[in-house]
Amino acid sequence: MKVLMTGNEATARGAYEAGVTFASAYPGTPSTEILENLANYKEVYSEWTPNEKVAIEVGVGASIAGARSLSAMKHVGLNVAADPMFTYAYLGVNGGYVIVTADDPGLHSSQNEQDNRYYARHAKMPLIEPSNSQEAKDFLKEAYKISERFDVPVLFRLTTRICHSKSVVELEERKEVEKKPYKRNISKFVATPAACRKHHVELEEKLKKLEDFSSNDTWLNREEINNSEIGIITSGISYEYAKEIFGNEASYLKLGMSFPIPKEKIKNFSSKVKKLYVIEENEPFLETEIKAMGINVIGKEKIPLTGELNPDIIAEKLLGKENKKISVNPEMIVPRPPTLCSGCPHRGLFFELSKRKNAVITGDIGCYTLGSADPLNAMDTVICMGAGISAAHGFSKVFEKSGEEKEIFGIVGDSTFFHSGITSLIDIVYNKSKVISIILDNRVTGMTGHQENPGTGYTLMGEKTEEIDIEAIVKAVGIKHVKTVDPNKLDEVRSAINEFTVLEEPSVIITKWPCALKKLREEEKQKYKIKTVRYQVNHEKCKKCKMCLKVGCPSISFDKNVGSIIDINTCVGCSVCAQVCPFDAIEKAGV
Amino acid sequence: MKETKNVLLVGVGGQGIILTSKIISTALLNAGYDVKMSEVHGMAQRGGSVTTQIRYGEQVYSPIIGKGQADVLISFEKMEAMRWIEYLKPDGLLVINDHEIQSAPILSGKAEYPEGIIEELKTKVKTLIIPATKIAIELGNIKTQNIVLLAPLTKALGLENIDWEESIKNNVKEKFIDMNLKAYKKGLEIS
Repeated sequence: MKVLMTGNEATARGAYEAGVTFASAYPGTPSTEILENLANYKEVYSEWTPNEKVAIEVGVGASIAGARSLSAMKHVGLNVAADPMFTYAYLGVNGGYVIVTADDPGLHSSQNEQDNRYYARHAKMPLIEPSNSQEAKDFLKEAYKISERFDVPVLFRLTTRICHSKSVVELEERKEVEKKPYKRNISKFVATPAACRKHHVELEEKLKKLEDFSSNDTWLNREEINNSEIGIITSGISYEYAKEIFGNEASYLKLGMSFPIPKEKIKNFSSKVKKLYVIEENEPFLETEIKAMGINVIGKEKIPLTGELNPDIIAEKLLGKENKKISVNPEMIVPRPPTLCSGCPHRGLFFELSKRKNAVITGDIGCYTLGSADPLNAMDTVICMGAGISAAHGFSKVFEKSGEEKEIFGIVGDSTFFHSGITSLIDIVYNKSKVISIILDNRVTGMTGHQENPGTGYTLMGEKTEEIDIEAIVKAVGIKHVKTVDPNKLDEVRSAINEFTVLEEPSVIITKWPCALKKLREEEKQKYKIKTVRYQVNHEKCKKCKMCLKVGCPSISFDKNVGSIIDINTCVGCSVCAQVCPFDAIEKAGV
Repeated sequence: MKETKNVLLVGVGGQGIILTSKIISTALLNAGYDVKMSEVHGMAQRGGSVTTQIRYGEQVYSPIIGKGQADVLISFEKMEAMRWIEYLKPDGLLVINDHEIQSAPILSGKAEYPEGIIEELKTKVKTLIIPATKIAIELGNIKTQNIVLLAPLTKALGLENIDWEESIKNNVKEKFIDMNLKAYKKGLEIS
């Protein structure tokens, strides 16, 4: 049966068909939907882990136990997980093991655009790069064969345009793969220095065999000989872009397995064409290796290294072609930046923080990163997951020494706290800084599309589970001053901040209210009574002071003639604007 | 059909653009075309600018199109048509929903919603104006604005022979089928 699937759906399908029985991930765009789809196949046990390092560690455990296993994450997540990955490449597998990295060229929703193909070379793992959804499924199945045949974990690299674009996939049946028996094997699976000195040598041997395989044996690397004028070496989505522009006017060496690089195959291909291009997105990963072989290729001197590649860029840079376009008056286009949603529980907190003139606020990765945007502008830094708390500690220590009196706030979300905020908080307690850490608990992993996390009380597969108590953890690591507040009540937020800014020791504020878009469970509906009221502006009282606009709610607009207006269709009744209005002009609607 | 056709759908998060793309793509697949569909995900998309691209033909390679390459640009919101017009072929067709959604800088009074958008666009390219949101509200549900736009779009692409009602039925929740079919028929009438 033929269906349309995104690359993520197809990757999940590939794992299912390959007989995978264990899968783990931390959600992150563009990788999130791989596990969300895997969870729909009951044959595959699937879980969200608190972070990517844990995802790989549990995946490795499952693989050593004998099951075909998969772990998935976005590109920056692999940085978090690099530690266990590198060592597992040394040890080798029992059941086949694949790590999926979903890179984000063009930074559609990421803090950098690193090219994770280098991780394969650095960790000495075979690298597989599909070009579309059909290949994502087929290549993943092949990845398990390679993993088991060569006794090595495989890095499977997707990019945003593969993850999130749909193309046609032919479905096949699942083939159950019997779990390999587990037998204790200390010399293989216990990574002592003595064992790993041997493992390193063995791994280099495996890589030689893999290079021979990638040159001579695998269908993942294939030539398409059309003419002898132009030859193109390419991989991943870049193949589709190249094909779009050159069609059958060029010959191709399409690398589905791009590390170890198939040297023989490349030499052979380069001898068949007059002019050789390497077309790849971001880094010159293939180009550098090919040039090191002494082969003359045109690559990054023409194809840009930064940003997402597309067919237009190839046509323009290699063929000098440009499409005719329609142009309009650019002044007629107003930006449409993302904003915190109507009724977002983060708004109240950021509004209060935005009023503090002597504050440093270190933020983190999540919807709440938008607290840095106009009109709230309540954030100084955003680095990576967990750094919201740790960077605050760094600020605090430096200011302490230089004698600068500042209020320092470190921000994390609930999921981010479980991810790597806990260890950051431990550092604050242990090394004694008076940072006020604020955990924005909106009862769900919001940014990536509402995934369960250890604080929600449910697993990825929908099972009820222990709900991890953030306040209890905070106290357990040694924080003595903890307050859980309702962020929609500004006075509650303000008084907690005021109380803690005078302390000489660390403190934590937990703002607890569900994401405005969260589908509430019955018990939550009882607990968080909202959405029963709406607000409206009483225009007799409105003095057009625009104070309510400072909360940045998308439901509030301003009309020169009448003053502020609240869109009753999108208002969710959080009342933050009403609390902010100095003239009590914002009232419950229908009262 | 040798040539690959390119359709670009643009609008604001929450307008039903992704669902519309799904209805179109699955129908094209069932009609025997090779299809690729690409959607832009990003940070907190609610209220942000959203686009999807559909490419279909005998064999489609790239899932994305470049500037000056869309055969049809269908804009669910007026100002978004301006933002994406560069992607339309100079001899392509613009289908535009005559409806305004203010963005954050406009809501906060930092900018004003631009005037004369349709007049400006009409001088540049063949333009079809459909008051889809207004029609959807008249039909009783603003959410069907996307389906009101479907018929004019499929007509513009010469795809009337495909069973669109079937594709709508297969892609929306059962309780919403009737409402959406009503919107589709209204769209057919006016296109």
